[in-house]
Amino acid sequence: MTKIIVVTSGKGGVGKTTTSAAFAMGLALEGYKTAVIDFDVGLRNLDLVMGCERRVVYDFVNVINKEARLNQALIRDKRTENLYILPASQTKDKESLTMEGVEGVLEELKASFDYIVCDSPAGIEHGAFMAMYFADEALVVTNPEISSVRDSDRILGLLASKTKRVVENRTPVKEHLLLTRYSPERVLKGEMLSVKDIQEILSIPLLGVIPESEAVLTASNQGVPVIANSSSEAGMAYHDCVARFLGEDVEMRFIDPKKKSIFSKFFGGN
Amino acid sequence: MGLFDYFNANRKSAEVAKERLSILIARDKIQRNRPSFLPQLQDELLAVIKKYVDISQDDISITLDRDADCEILELNIALPERACQREEKSAEPEPPREP
Repeated sequence: MTKIIVVTSGKGGVGKTTTSAAFAMGLALEGYKTAVIDFDVGLRNLDLVMGCERRVVYDFVNVINKEARLNQALIRDKRTENLYILPASQTKDKESLTMEGVEGVLEELKASFDYIVCDSPAGIEHGAFMAMYFADEALVVTNPEISSVRDSDRILGLLASKTKRVVENRTPVKEHLLLTRYSPERVLKGEMLSVKDIQEILSIPLLGVIPESEAVLTASNQGVPVIANSSSEAGMAYHDCVARFLGEDVEMRFIDPKKKSIFSKFFGGN
Repeated sequence: MGLFDYFNANRKSAEVAKERLSILIARDKIQRNRPSFLPQLQDELLAVIKKYVDISQDDISITLDRDADCEILELNIALPERACQREEKSAEPEPPREP
């Protein structure tokens, strides 16, 4: 049974596309056939983060408008077996994503994929609505920053009221909190909301915490999802998230400040 | 700087953020759950009452409570103490307006 996962947040710039790329690759690495769809029509970026921007010929809207077949538009990831990308259109407007069109593409993907990851645009308008409407589960990406937490709460309200599962009276979309850009050192100093604070406010189960990491920018510079960098903290944290999502019991990492060595304590290094 | 400001300045910013967020999100939730006609109803009521009594937006509150099988619309209007005096005044002939 195919599962549709929406990666959403409300606020922009919190790491939806980074998360979509990493999570989709993580699922594929675990052997699941996975498609990741960019719903940000007009501002396509997933192809850049995945490093396949030069291989885009047809896009999501072309498939909806029947100008191309789905398997002409799907781009196979060169590094990972089982991973496919459906890029957004750079020229069309958001309204091209019709309810019937999106549903048709998802139904066709369901025939051959285990997971479909929908990378939502920021905001709460048409594109974001389309990305979440057909979802079975949601990764709510949140930064430890008040505006992001507030917007996440708003998105949770929409997930609980405006999705197909709700309309059809089925069990609602399963929500997961994914905290990104976390800095345990700043939390310790009282300069940043803690995991516990944010969980209390949003009251949804925590899937994982991605620490603030230089590896994220490096990865997007190179067009390689950060999960591929298995020696980086962010990469490891995403890996843990995927494992937890698949039902493994993995302990939370990177939520406590790093212990300083005796050497750095004496000499004030970091 | 007052004593209160001084106290606030010493608080950790994360603590302030949490407190602000908790209040904000509770308020957002209440507003989200109320039917969309309530703000308009509040405005129109305010306009009608203003014709007779001098009150401001803050003096009216409307809440809607939902129980299992009934809804209660609660309307609270706080009249200012001198509301009646204005009524007496307006009964008098209006003074001639200056040109």
